[in-house]
Amino acid sequence: MQFMLLFSRQGKLRLQKWYVPLSDKEKKKITRELVQTVLARKPKMCSFLEWRDLKIVYKRYASLYFCCAIEDQDNELITLEIIHRYVELLDKYFGSVCELDIIFNFEKAYFILDEFLLGGEVQETSKKNVLKAIEQADLLQEVRYFPRCVTPFSF
Amino acid sequence: MPAVSKGDGMRGLAVFISDIRNCKSKEAEIKRINKELANIRSKFKGDKALDGYSKKKYVCKLLFIFLLGHDIDFGHMEAVNLLSSNKYTEKQIGYLFISVLVNSNSELIRLINNAIKNDLASRNPTFMCLALHCIANVGSREMGEAFAADIPRILVAGDSMDSVKQSAALCLLRLYKASPDLVPMGEWTARVVHLLNDQHMGVVTAAVSLITCLCKKNPDDFKTCISLAVSRLSRIVSSASTDLQDYTYYFVPAPWLSVKLLRLLQCYPPPEDAAVKGRLVECLETVLNKAQEPPKSKKVQHSNAKNAILFETISLIIHYDSEPNLLVRACNQLGQFLQHRETNLRYLALESMCTLASSEFSHEAVKTHIDTVINALKTERDVSVRQRAADLLYAMCDRSNAKQIVSEMLRYLETADYAIREEIVLKVAILAEKYAVDYSWYVDTILNLIRIAGDYVSEEVWYRVLQIVTNRDDVQGYAAKTVFEALQAPACHENMVKVGGYILGEFGNLIAGDPRSSPPVQFSLLHSKFHLCSVATRALLLSTYIKFINLFPETKATIQGVLRAGSQLRNADVELQQRAVEYLTLSSVASTDVLATVLEEMPPFPERESSILAKLKRKKGPGAASALDDGRRDPSSNDINGGVEPTPSTVSTPSPSADLLGLRAAPPPAAPPASAGAGNLLVDVFDGPAAQPSLGPTPEEAFLRFVCKNNGVLFENQLLQIGVKSEFRQNLGRMYLFYGNKTSVQFQNFSPTVVHPGDLQTHILSLAVQTKRVAAQVDGGAQVQQVLNIECLRDFLTPPLLSVRFRYGGAPQALTLKLPVTINKFFQPTEMAAQDFFQRWKQLSLPQQEAQKIFKANHPMDAEVTKAKLLGFGSALLDNVDPNPENFVGAGIIQTKALQVGCLLRLEPNAQAQMYRLTLRTSKESVSRHLCELLAQQF
Repeated sequence: MQFMLLFSRQGKLRLQKWYVPLSDKEKKKITRELVQTVLARKPKMCSFLEWRDLKIVYKRYASLYFCCAIEDQDNELITLEIIHRYVELLDKYFGSVCELDIIFNFEKAYFILDEFLLGGEVQETSKKNVLKAIEQADLLQEVRYFPRCVTPFSF
Repeated sequence: MPAVSKGDGMRGLAVFISDIRNCKSKEAEIKRINKELANIRSKFKGDKALDGYSKKKYVCKLLFIFLLGHDIDFGHMEAVNLLSSNKYTEKQIGYLFISVLVNSNSELIRLINNAIKNDLASRNPTFMCLALHCIANVGSREMGEAFAADIPRILVAGDSMDSVKQSAALCLLRLYKASPDLVPMGEWTARVVHLLNDQHMGVVTAAVSLITCLCKKNPDDFKTCISLAVSRLSRIVSSASTDLQDYTYYFVPAPWLSVKLLRLLQCYPPPEDAAVKGRLVECLETVLNKAQEPPKSKKVQHSNAKNAILFETISLIIHYDSEPNLLVRACNQLGQFLQHRETNLRYLALESMCTLASSEFSHEAVKTHIDTVINALKTERDVSVRQRAADLLYAMCDRSNAKQIVSEMLRYLETADYAIREEIVLKVAILAEKYAVDYSWYVDTILNLIRIAGDYVSEEVWYRVLQIVTNRDDVQGYAAKTVFEALQAPACHENMVKVGGYILGEFGNLIAGDPRSSPPVQFSLLHSKFHLCSVATRALLLSTYIKFINLFPETKATIQGVLRAGSQLRNADVELQQRAVEYLTLSSVASTDVLATVLEEMPPFPERESSILAKLKRKKGPGAASALDDGRRDPSSNDINGGVEPTPSTVSTPSPSADLLGLRAAPPPAAPPASAGAGNLLVDVFDGPAAQPSLGPTPEEAFLRFVCKNNGVLFENQLLQIGVKSEFRQNLGRMYLFYGNKTSVQFQNFSPTVVHPGDLQTHILSLAVQTKRVAAQVDGGAQVQQVLNIECLRDFLTPPLLSVRFRYGGAPQALTLKLPVTINKFFQPTEMAAQDFFQRWKQLSLPQQEAQKIFKANHPMDAEVTKAKLLGFGSALLDNVDPNPENFVGAGIIQTKALQVGCLLRLEPNAQAQMYRLTLRTSKESVSRHLCELLAQQF
């Protein structure tokens, strides 16, 4: 995987993770272009599209779009389930996760992602093992915000 | 303001985030951010030492501000300080900041690396993982230099925790991708392969990704992974849906690991060991069988995970391309998906079938789905799915269904999205040409293309139709009649005017007998479009008019009137003005005979790869056929009529290489004016040209330059210049030699001959060279052209020789040159995927099949220049094959009449040492060595 972006329906970037070296300028350009492309798509359209020489796999959960860029030989469906597993992890950690959780606890969202994917590859698919790593850290200093949830992601 | 659950931890951060969210405008947000930045700056600069918690909070705020899209230029030092905190969460935030906001400040890098080193040595698995995550996230060369040697050790150490092993594996993968040279292969590689046997599924999951990447470069070192991967896969595939506990995902056992294992196997050819192969085939069959079972859950996650494995299995089956039974089953399975209610599955099925269509075993099976695919093209609501359908139709097209597919694609074109029209046009044009049974159908199709999507018909497409019509006399009359009819439409596309103008200019006489298309009618029809057209088209029409004067003398007066009009003779555009003036003069001065010679019908074009195909390749992927483009820069010089400039030397023989199709057309090397002074001349008379130093490069240097290019000056001295233009296709070549007399005195008894000494030595004819005689006299300042037709019968090592003899001022002159015909000219570039390349590379592993040279760079080491040279050498350049992006990998086939020689090459520049290593593998020893020698002299 080359990168993963989370953005809202209004086009606000909520999380960005880059697994290939790019300049800040390129990152901003790619983000702008992709957010626009994905938001322009209609609900029933397929979750995959060709973009430059990459394949984009995206899925919307409530108000948030999860969007991954993978290479030509990568598997689209399993990437779709990478997104879903990540959402499940967030959900399990925050309890009915919603966009606000990710805004207010963005650092946690990054930590969870790092336990799940590293260098663009799946590192650990067991929900238990990923969360164990995160909970361990929380035990050391328990600080977490639970913003009022507006729209939890639906499963 | 959200509620805080426990403690008051980073309350300040939450307040700040709320404030930002409450900002009503961008300005208010920026104001709030600036306030915060000032606050943090003062805290960082203040006298009071900050405690770890505050540092963490402020660093986190900075990170948030950066992620909002603002620049951050401080705080790095505080983040680095956090790295050495022994509080986990402080360390964690420090690492996150460094990962997101790396800065190549060398002072900082040293500190960061130090902190990482400490954490890696800490034996605290959570700290070690944080450090490894950071290296993997940054992945810079500096990090690689500092840690690439340590990580393999951590990875295979017996006492490393599972989670550390997982992070170490993927960390190493990232470093290897960034700088493969920094990761030393060694004893650890064998132990990494054995991680496939690890009890911990997470470790296996991480390790497979690493192995998949490493084995691409060192397939032999990792070969043992095949049997391990197969047995692991087999255990997963045959396990019950709950066996793997937390690694089961919606009743699918270990889908991510399964997909990765199937990917790994695609790096290798089918297993050689029969037992392993049997087991694998069993796995693949099991996956195909499971696809037919009723789903264990209605959730889309279940079917996605299951189908992810299925599609990867099909990819492997296609990769092997050796099991007809599995291929046909795969095709049937995809056929079911073509009508699935899930758009995603329809999309993927269309995509996957495209590759199946190219296998000889499944091509016919794919074709049976033609109606479904056509229906998809018509009814899919999502443009990306329609695009896949169009791709698949293109891939499944052959002679049997071409008419149906082309007509469907034409129909689709009328409503197609603008974004993909050009590609569809190219595809239709290619299919129409490739599978044309009768050429009238081909002409109709292209004219339909122009009618339906004229704006998207690129010049390659309409050049091509002209080329084909010119070369096939059985279609010329039909073409003339059809364009004549098409031009009668009240509004027709300018491309139609171009094609019509050209065809009527060449073949209008074939329909002139019909009073409805008599010459004056043809002329007035064309001229009625003239004023609406662009300059380029008008220039073309002017050429048509002068051809009309030749074809139909009765139109002469009318056309001269048009040319004479002020709007032409004083046209602001130089090209139009010049054409009008010259054509008018030509038509009044030249006799009918001269006119007929000058405006003779265009000779057939040499056969070569369709430039449309080249264009499609270019559109589809970078690196494909990029050199084909260079002749098409100047719109006036590549006008379709080669014989428009009435200078005697070019008009009398309309150059067959006049650029109709974007041939690499440099103007023939012009003879510079004779400038030799009397003194020089005297020397010249006494010293034959062969004896005196030539101007510029030595003949040997000049010869070497032609290895990677086809046009240029081969030889030059005070008397004579010899220019070369050549083109090669498959095992045939045509070479134009231009002999320029640089003096003001006539050369006499001028006789160039070509011999091939290689033949004399071996008594086997390897090159057949046909030459045409040239005139025995070459006037002072004049240039004559000689055409050579070359056929490569078998591979050869020595080039043919050109010997030129003539008398200059009574003194005999003689020189002998190597003709720039080298074996690589008969290269046919071949595109292939990485795995195919490596498979072939391995097949050519006999020591005598390989030739290698390590040599010093003689020219500056510029990647672009190297690329151009390799393309000029004739091989295809393959991207994404060599894991080191600095290296070049190429492939091609040497075409001779007797045999074809597959060639693979790899060039590894070492900028530091200013050296190259060049490796050639071909199926023939002498060819490997010879190509290696030729190419090594180019850099």
